[in-house]
Amino acid sequence: MSALHIKKGASKHSAYNLRPTFSDVDERHTLAVLVENEPGVLARVIGLFAGRGYNIESLTVAEVDHTGHLSRITIVTTGTPQVIEQIKAQLGRIVPVHEVHDLTVEGASVERELAMLKVVGEGDKRVEALRLADIFRASVVDSTLGSFVFEITGAPDKIDAFADLMRPLGLVEVARTGVAALLRGD
Amino acid sequence: MTREMTGAKMLVQALRDQGVDTVFGYPGGAVLPIYDEIFQQNEIRHILVRHEQGAVHAAEGYARSTGKPGVVLVTSGPGATNAVTGLTDALMDSIPIVVFTGQVPTFMIGSDAFQEADTVGITRPCTKHNWLVKDTDKLSTTIHEAFHVATSGRPGPVLVDIPKDVQFATGTYLKPSTTASHYQPQVKGDIEEITELVAAMEKAKRPIFYTGGGVINSGPAASQLLRELVDATGFPITSTLMGLGAYPASGKNWLGMLGMHGLYEANLAMHDCDLLINIGARFDDRITGRIDAFSPKSTRAHIDIDPSSINKVIKADIPIVGDVAHVLEDLLKVWKSRGRKTQAEAIAKWHMKIDTWRKVDCLAFTANENSIKPQHALARLEALTKGHDRYICTEVGQHQMWAAQYLNFEDPNRWMTSGGLGTMGYGFPASIGVQMAHPESLVINVAGEASWLMNMQEMGTAVQYRLPVKQFILNNERLGMVRQWQELLHGERYSHSWSEALPDFVKLAEAFGAKGIICKDPADLDDAIMEMINHDGPVIFDCLVEKHENCFPMIPSGKAHNEMLLGEAETQGVIQAGGAVLV
Ligand SMILES: Cc1cc2nc3c(=O)[nH]c(=O)nc-3n(C[C@H](O)[C@H](O)[C@H](O)COP(=O)(O)OP(=O)(O)OC[C@H]3O[C@@H](n4cnc5c(N)ncnc54)[C@H](O)[C@@H]3O)c2cc1C
Ligand SMILES: Cc1ncc(C[n+]2csc(CCOP(=O)(O)OP(=O)(O)O)c2C)c(N)n1
Repeated sequence: MSALHIKKGASKHSAYNLRPTFSDVDERHTLAVLVENEPGVLARVIGLFAGRGYNIESLTVAEVDHTGHLSRITIVTTGTPQVIEQIKAQLGRIVPVHEVHDLTVEGASVERELAMLKVVGEGDKRVEALRLADIFRASVVDSTLGSFVFEITGAPDKIDAFADLMRPLGLVEVARTGVAALLRGD
Repeated sequence: MTREMTGAKMLVQALRDQGVDTVFGYPGGAVLPIYDEIFQQNEIRHILVRHEQGAVHAAEGYARSTGKPGVVLVTSGPGATNAVTGLTDALMDSIPIVVFTGQVPTFMIGSDAFQEADTVGITRPCTKHNWLVKDTDKLSTTIHEAFHVATSGRPGPVLVDIPKDVQFATGTYLKPSTTASHYQPQVKGDIEEITELVAAMEKAKRPIFYTGGGVINSGPAASQLLRELVDATGFPITSTLMGLGAYPASGKNWLGMLGMHGLYEANLAMHDCDLLINIGARFDDRITGRIDAFSPKSTRAHIDIDPSSINKVIKADIPIVGDVAHVLEDLLKVWKSRGRKTQAEAIAKWHMKIDTWRKVDCLAFTANENSIKPQHALARLEALTKGHDRYICTEVGQHQMWAAQYLNFEDPNRWMTSGGLGTMGYGFPASIGVQMAHPESLVINVAGEASWLMNMQEMGTAVQYRLPVKQFILNNERLGMVRQWQELLHGERYSHSWSEALPDFVKLAEAFGAKGIICKDPADLDDAIMEMINHDGPVIFDCLVEKHENCFPMIPSGKAHNEMLLGEAETQGVIQAGGAVLV
């Protein structure tokens, strides 16, 4: 990712510019946190959320820069504007955290998640599941006479919608990766 | 320059290269190689404490009184867990300390080995950062980074966990200069925001400086610049418990401490001001009281090096992220270049208004003839130690608040107290750390008897190293602060707030080979205090004071600044149910 020009600890990396309205309406934000890939760094991030009572809706992590040993943690969280700003500032204090980006306010971003869904059923239900999978561009990655495993990629609400449709058709298990997100454009 | 050496030797070399002269510690199996190296050199002094908690508080006292990081060395398992309270204390009060812990050998980690504890796991939430070093080649750079992190930006405690095999193995030592850290907090403030603050200062009719521990953290230059700014603008100034001494108590714009047990004039000025300039303070709940009634008419400027302090509690209209000294320097420059403007007439009126509050004389008390009032004991201590090269530590409780109210601080780094965590047992070991750093100075720990007992084993340390620390115990035979809250909030049901079975403190002192003094008659007080000051050695001063004295002024939890209680008559039924859930 290239748009990493916001300095850690800088005062202006928030849309609220440190002047939140202190509104009490919850908002959903997607944060991208670039961290040194050292032992315990994920525990620090998760411990921060647990210790200070912040929400985690989804969290993904993987090394994205093997030479620089940098991992990218993508966190979807909810809170009031003040809480969101605190979360970012608190993340910024963690020593191995290099950068904190709020993709929700820094510009348009794309969010994708991968999910696998196991659907068990026979007859019409099985046919219907396949038909819907096709509409959602989900692919079949495993099948037996009585079951399918579908793989689907998309924004979280698309996956929610697909899972909702599969439920009456015999959905028995879901595995989701959590959100990965990038800013659009350059 | 690089050199091959063992991990244990590396640690000692790194301490030398970091300019460390004193280490507070306690040995054990997992740090024996390091202790062996300490034995074979003379540059670094090791102080053997009697409990690892004491080591950390001593390091805090050393750090706060010198501005240098305090250093601690303890063993694995129980050595590390005993350090946890001190680490948390240092984190809450932003004190730079570096703690080294031994760990079981790398190949035994995770096997529930003897004296194994997940030290980095346990201390992750109570350190600014911590490291487990599994490779001797990485040890020296990690130690240098640890000192850098502890002392840069908002200071705090760090911990380096060193397995025993890493201490024995040989690796390459690197000097401090060869490491470049990515951790570089912003110290310069945004000049636009600073200019905005100057503009607000030029217009302000009722301004106030609200300063805190950040001024002390920033170093002596920050206090100097603050004094210049206050004297040049003529704005009144108050400070938190943690910032006492940054501006001298004898300064003419000084209002005294603010907050829950702060002075009437300071709190009312905070409530009525039109421009509040927070310099290195964090809007703690002891300060704000009821948030929605906090300083309702003011524009708030907030200078803090930690972006997470800004807007955490109180919304800032003018946020400035940066180091106090750097920001004040720029602030003064901009203000001078724009013609040194203030609303002088309005500010003179503001001072007159403040004087009417000052006339209330909220710290007034009537001394008794046959019993010692704690306030009186501190007023006499102040009078008799004024002008001395003096450092004050405290424990936690009523005596701590009275010390803040009745002792005057003229300089920074002279006042060591546990503010954020409120750790009973902090003061005595802290006084040992202070005395180590300032062997010729008068170091007094103002204590309550209950707090003092929590780390009284450190008498052994004081006597062993001939540290003439004065333990000034205001003995009310009560957990006084708890008792006060029970009186005001819990219908005078004094549940477990007695200090039963207290020792004879004079005999206790003597048992350790120190001097004990007891005083219960106000007529003897001055002589007894002089005897304490003049004794060349550690003293336990058992000052028997009135048992049910309450600490006033007090803003009850959940109340606003202008709803302050001044004395006994006003306390009946004032704290409502909502306030009782707060601490
Ligand atoms: C029994 C009891 C009663 C108490 N009653 C009171 C009371 O009545 N009044 C009172 O004031 N306190 C009281 N306290 C203490 C209180 O709990 C807090 O510890 C204290 O108010 C916090 O002080 P502070 O705001 O100066 O912050 P600190 O904890 O000293 O924090 C310093 C702030 O400055 C920032 N900072 C650090 N370094 C720098 C730098 N170089 N440049 C810029 N910013 C920097 C930090 O990020 C932080 O935000 C009491 C404590 C106890 C135990
Ligand atoms: C380690 C710890 N335990 C409990 C408390 C709660 N507490 C705060 S003040 C206090 C009483 C302190 O009594 P003492 O040291 O005698 O001082 P006094 O208030 O009587 O001056 C207690 C128990 C604390 N602050 N720290």
